[in-house]
Amino acid sequence: MKKYREILLDPIFNNNPIALQILGICSALAVTSKLETALVMSVAVTFVVAFSNFFVSLVRNHIASSIRILVEMTIIASLVIIADQLIKAYAFDVSKQLSVYVGLIITNCIVMGRAEAFALQNKPLVSFMDGIGNGIGYSFILIVIGFIRELIGSGKLLGYSILPLTTEGGWYPSNGMFLMAPSAFFLIGLIIWAIRAWKPEQVETE
Amino acid sequence: MASESITKTIGVVVAICVVAAIFVSSAAVGLKPIQEENKKLDLLKNILIAGDLYNEDTENIAQTFTSNVDAEIITLSDGEVVPKENYDEVLNLEDFNVRAVASSELHGKTIDASKDIAGIQRMPKEMAIYKVKGESGYTKFIFPIYGKGLWSTLYGFIALDKDLHTIKGFTFYEHGETPGLGGEVDNPRWKQQWVGKQAYDEDWNLKIEIIKGLTDPNSSKFKYQVDGLSGSTLTTRGVSNLVRFWLGDAGYKPFIDKLRKEI
Repeated sequence: MKKYREILLDPIFNNNPIALQILGICSALAVTSKLETALVMSVAVTFVVAFSNFFVSLVRNHIASSIRILVEMTIIASLVIIADQLIKAYAFDVSKQLSVYVGLIITNCIVMGRAEAFALQNKPLVSFMDGIGNGIGYSFILIVIGFIRELIGSGKLLGYSILPLTTEGGWYPSNGMFLMAPSAFFLIGLIIWAIRAWKPEQVETE
Repeated sequence: MASESITKTIGVVVAICVVAAIFVSSAAVGLKPIQEENKKLDLLKNILIAGDLYNEDTENIAQTFTSNVDAEIITLSDGEVVPKENYDEVLNLEDFNVRAVASSELHGKTIDASKDIAGIQRMPKEMAIYKVKGESGYTKFIFPIYGKGLWSTLYGFIALDKDLHTIKGFTFYEHGETPGLGGEVDNPRWKQQWVGKQAYDEDWNLKIEIIKGLTDPNSSKFKYQVDGLSGSTLTTRGVSNLVRFWLGDAGYKPFIDKLRKEI
């Protein structure tokens, strides 16, 4: 049982896909200007990583290694299309805001990376857990950034006004910089700094 | 890795593809009705947004729509209203789809390339328009517009005041422009700039345009001009052209001329 726990929780702080492996940065910049889009994207990526790990692991002993990447891509692409269709059906407004970024989960290095690095060597259930764990690790960063950006950038959380804006008669002048993609870069940098200050073993040796 | 014989490899790949195809197509087909419903509501919502009838508290979009808006289909060339008897499965108000109407043999026409500034090649001969009900008569007219941007065709609405030259609202409901650059046509602050601008001058010449850079409030043309979006010159050029196309003689101008003479 301890093994499962480690597999599930390790990617959150000890081996975070964004903060330690620096993967999946593109979407972390693009979809985090609001908490809502960050949440939906998190769920979509977690769904895709978990199931792609599961299915890749399921067929791992039957695919020739020369075509394994093609097979992985087929599985990942199918899952992304399904996730995209589900979002379009049940969260239409969010799907318009996410636009191309749901489709781009296919190219998210985390998904492919986990399939290659973990699912090919492990049993389906463990791989599934690894996918969930990495999905949560990715979600953790996205949600923190989405939270900070929406709160500071537009004084809201999930669309509800938290800090009343001066433009609407409140006291809070919104900081538009946080709605721009570069602010996510600074925030990811700060998070990486914080995690490495807390866990110095993550610092690369020079 | 297990056996690498060619037959097995091909067999496994085919099996995986078939399973993946079944999953993908059942998701696509199974969810289609819900997605279509969402699209329809989104269309209504955008008509309401163009008419400034929508805010976050609007719960029942369909109901708000029917109680505030009258729709009718007009013939573009002369501005006459198309009688309900002439509606058919392509041309009707319940399910008005500009793409379907434009491509239909009967209700669409090919645009002469020299006049096709919106870059759409085919256009409907008849268009649905939406009239916002006020206390006495109609207060706004909402027109569907579309045309090429940089990568995609943009579909949207423009609302004119009952004076028929003041723009009251502007929105796109579907486009595939680059998020953050051309996609900024969705930016509420930019859309707000259109409100109050004059589409035509005193002699009813078409004047509205998007210029590159910022508009000058002291210029005599200020009331006819909208700021270009930086980083999306080609998208804004397309938007400027499509607005001018639809408000021009090939678009709603005959209807507008007819209506203003009646008032």
